[in-house]
Amino acid sequence: MAEIKTPSDLKYTKNDEWVKLDGDTATIGISDYAQDALNDIVYVEYPDVGATLKQGATFGVVESVKAASDVFMPIGGTITEVNKSLEDNPETINTDPYEKGWLIKIKVADAAEANSLMHSAAYIEFCKNR
Amino acid sequence: MTEPLIYDLGAAGRQGVLLPDCDVPESPLPADLIRAELDFPEVSELQVVRHFTRLSNLNFSIDKGFYPLGSCTMKYNPKLNEDMARLPGFAHLHPLNDAEGSQGALALMYTLQKWLAEISGFKAVSLTPAAGAQGELAGILMIRKYHVDRGDTKRTKILIPNSAHGTNPATVTMAGFTTVELPADENGDVDLAALREHCDDTVAGMMITVPNTLGLFESKIIDVIKAVHDCGGLMYMDGANMNALLGAVKPGELGFDVMHYNLHKTFSTPHGGGGPGSGPVGVGDKLIPFLPGPIVKIVEEAASEDEAPLYDWHMPEKSIGRMKAFQGNFGMHVRAYTYIRIHGDQGIKDITRHAVLNANYIRVKLHGTYTVPYDRINAHEFVLEGHFEGVDSVHALDISKRLIDYGIHPPTNYFPLLVHEALMIEPTETEDKATLDEFIDVMKKIAVEAKENPELLTGAPHNAPVSRLDEVRAAKQLVLCCRPIPEWAEETTSSKKTVEQ
Amino acid sequence: MSYIPHTDLERQQMLAAIGVTTIEDLFEAVPSSHRFPTLDLPKPLSEMEVTAELSALADANEHAADFAIFRGAGAYHHFIPSAISHLVLRGEFLTAYTPYQPEVSQGTLQAIYEYQSMMCALTGMDAANASHYDGATSLAEAVTVALEVGRHKRNKIILSPAINPQYRAVVRTYHQGNNTKIVGDSGRADIADLIEMLDENTAMVAVSYPNFFGQIDDLTHLAERVHQAGALLVMVVNPTALGLLKSPGELGADIVVGEGQPLGIPMSFGGPYLGFFAIRTEYVRKIAGRIIGETVDKEGRRAYVMTLRPREQDIRREKATSNICTNQGLMSLTACIYMSLMGKYGMRKVAELCYHKAHYAAKQISDLKGFVVDMSKPFFHEFVVKCPQPVAVINDKLIEKGIIGGYDLGIDYPHLKDHMLICVTETNTKDEIDALVEGLKEVTA
Repeated sequence: MAEIKTPSDLKYTKNDEWVKLDGDTATIGISDYAQDALNDIVYVEYPDVGATLKQGATFGVVESVKAASDVFMPIGGTITEVNKSLEDNPETINTDPYEKGWLIKIKVADAAEANSLMHSAAYIEFCKNR
Repeated sequence: MTEPLIYDLGAAGRQGVLLPDCDVPESPLPADLIRAELDFPEVSELQVVRHFTRLSNLNFSIDKGFYPLGSCTMKYNPKLNEDMARLPGFAHLHPLNDAEGSQGALALMYTLQKWLAEISGFKAVSLTPAAGAQGELAGILMIRKYHVDRGDTKRTKILIPNSAHGTNPATVTMAGFTTVELPADENGDVDLAALREHCDDTVAGMMITVPNTLGLFESKIIDVIKAVHDCGGLMYMDGANMNALLGAVKPGELGFDVMHYNLHKTFSTPHGGGGPGSGPVGVGDKLIPFLPGPIVKIVEEAASEDEAPLYDWHMPEKSIGRMKAFQGNFGMHVRAYTYIRIHGDQGIKDITRHAVLNANYIRVKLHGTYTVPYDRINAHEFVLEGHFEGVDSVHALDISKRLIDYGIHPPTNYFPLLVHEALMIEPTETEDKATLDEFIDVMKKIAVEAKENPELLTGAPHNAPVSRLDEVRAAKQLVLCCRPIPEWAEETTSSKKTVEQ
Repeated sequence: MSYIPHTDLERQQMLAAIGVTTIEDLFEAVPSSHRFPTLDLPKPLSEMEVTAELSALADANEHAADFAIFRGAGAYHHFIPSAISHLVLRGEFLTAYTPYQPEVSQGTLQAIYEYQSMMCALTGMDAANASHYDGATSLAEAVTVALEVGRHKRNKIILSPAINPQYRAVVRTYHQGNNTKIVGDSGRADIADLIEMLDENTAMVAVSYPNFFGQIDDLTHLAERVHQAGALLVMVVNPTALGLLKSPGELGADIVVGEGQPLGIPMSFGGPYLGFFAIRTEYVRKIAGRIIGETVDKEGRRAYVMTLRPREQDIRREKATSNICTNQGLMSLTACIYMSLMGKYGMRKVAELCYHKAHYAAKQISDLKGFVVDMSKPFFHEFVVKCPQPVAVINDKLIEKGIIGGYDLGIDYPHLKDHMLICVTETNTKDEIDALVEGLKEVTA
């Protein structure tokens, strides 16, 4: 496997989402590993802004030519913003999964939920073992 | 080589068909309901004939060459079938014609129901489902209604081996159940221990393909069926691979409760570039009242041997309902009837025997050149691994595309998912030994090419009408029609004449 | 058997290569208790004998090539140009599989793309799929799309009772396992009544255009009201009528479905038919079934390929919204060739002929004593006649005169006992219509 990037200020899920906490807001996207596995991403389906979703709930779909993958809430919260720039340039997720390729921003319900997620080192280990 | 779009042919004011003048007094048209414009082609009949003839030349087909597409049973589609389906008494028969005036068609359907039941060991058959996937839905809905009718509402799970076709889990979801995937053991069979762990009173049933998608007869099938029955579930058999079973074993006798047939695979009705199909369902005693309708029944026995009985429609008492308008793809029923009639008892058995003979012959001959992951006697198809040690750049897809250059249709790629780089090969019984030998030679040649000149494979096909396509572009730009002209048409070649020879 | 080419010698050579003695040896994995059962089927027949048997069965039917037919109700006898079957019977179309290998399927792919384009033009929609099994299953799939668009928070589906009863039955079959609430069609609701039923749980409203009784309802404000309620408007349409009538797109429809059989496909006792399905751009990713898109090959040549594939069952498996894995390929090809041959003028001409002939017939019948024609709304090529006798009795007498009479509406609508739905198409000559009128007059004299 090629080297995957896993910024250390993020937390990761077993479904390959990442979350970046900033006070009571959080930004969510999919990992470098996930974008590589999906290959050319062509479409993103977003949730409604204002929707409140629990940890683990499906919030959208990321679609490539050959696959479609549900994406799940790493922690629960209310959707405050979706990354509309991906509508015209979904390939941004492939080129920049952690910065310009973010999917949604949320108002966090309970930041403690993030404690159950993996740090980058654990996530690298997790990816190696599958 | 590309062909212009029909919209880019023709000229304003041209007509392909002349219609008679109106022979009755005309009535005023309601002006506020009438459309102003219909943006349709304006072409002559000859332009239409040439256009579609040229388009047809861009296709590969069974009539052109060997088509070993696994799980699709691309056997010869007899020409006689087409003539029979086009007999005026069948082709121009209205679906809501009175039963008394449709006795010939009803007799045909009744007999086909009976023959299909006999071939598979079931008690009753409904011909109404329009395709295999619809047959699956009918089958799972019947299982659902059977449990609900008994007041047993806690059964929500359908067990499916992980080698199953994607239609199986999709069907389960449509029917309102949840799918539980079962692993395979090292022989490619269902893992019995894992199965027994899941067998409880929440299991509605199990869907399984026999022979399985690796082309193997499930060796413990009786135990699998018993385990599911013991916990109160019903057994659904996906009949996609029925070409391996004719006269070899009857699924109904093995204990299956319901199964769908693919008339377009096993019974030679043409695939037509993706349809129409026909997916009748057969059932055992338990599910007879739940069959989708209408089915054909005798309402008055024949008075003497020289006379015919009286047939009529019948809606089973607890039917899951109608799968489509009217009574199924009757044109496909005529073709399947013709096919079974011409083969007769011995011919039907010979189909499966020769389908299995052909598949095993190819496997044995390719063994050694290619990796055969489950190397034992197979049924009507088998799976190879489409990659070579030390040649990382070549994938199963490349072998497939290279076959096109040799005038052979690719096998099924990347299915079943259990096998790495799967190439699934199903020759069918209608291919002769010389055709199989040629295929074997080509496959061996491609194996040599893969090692000596892998670019020949990764760049293939080299002599098809077009080379590999940009599927990412198709998915991103989503140009799905040339009328109305999409607003982004400037960026595409749509609606512009691009004749390249 | 003639389709199995093996000689005895070849069989022996192949068995030897495999390393077994007989073909039966290849079946040892089948449980021996159930291996090689007897098959109670008739003896084989030659092609000549089969042809004779099937011809006799076909001739035992009363069909539209021998009888004057005035029955529609979802399947229609139209003129089919000769060129169609010659092209459709080409083995390159007939014996190809689903176009999974686009390099050798451009014929099928481009034909579907052209079909999609014509369906868009006809319906006034932005996109069309490669087709469903028939009009009824297209409607059932439209329900699935509406539920998806409503994110399954809206689960109420309003169906007009004037949609083909069999289509409504199929919707109920498809959706019996999920918690969909299907309302609206139990009584005699008209368009205004359907609008009354709209609420925040409504995912869609479906109406028929023309409706099952051949009538053109006033749909002017329907779309606006449906959209205000946040629901989708689905229209079930007759494609022949659209040669003449305003497109559903103009009327504000979000999804247009219907039966494509009138587009050059023989009635064939109910199938195979063609379920067309067209939709507005914003919902295109919710479509089930095949859809073809334009792209280019490695050399930059225009080409066509199946697209939006990840929605489909083979990739999404239990998360797919439909299990469909085919389209009615050959039937969409048939419709594509029909629409090309008919073209802009032929489509209009067929529709006008149907309209004028149906109105002539309605006028003549309304002049008969004892018969009442429903002229309360504009109609296309079908109309409702209240008869002085049971429809079955009348039809029995008409058949003796070589006429297949109209459909008995009492079968599906109890309040329409003794009402006949009569259909007139371009294939019915004035002489046939006059004979029908004469026949009706006589049977009730």
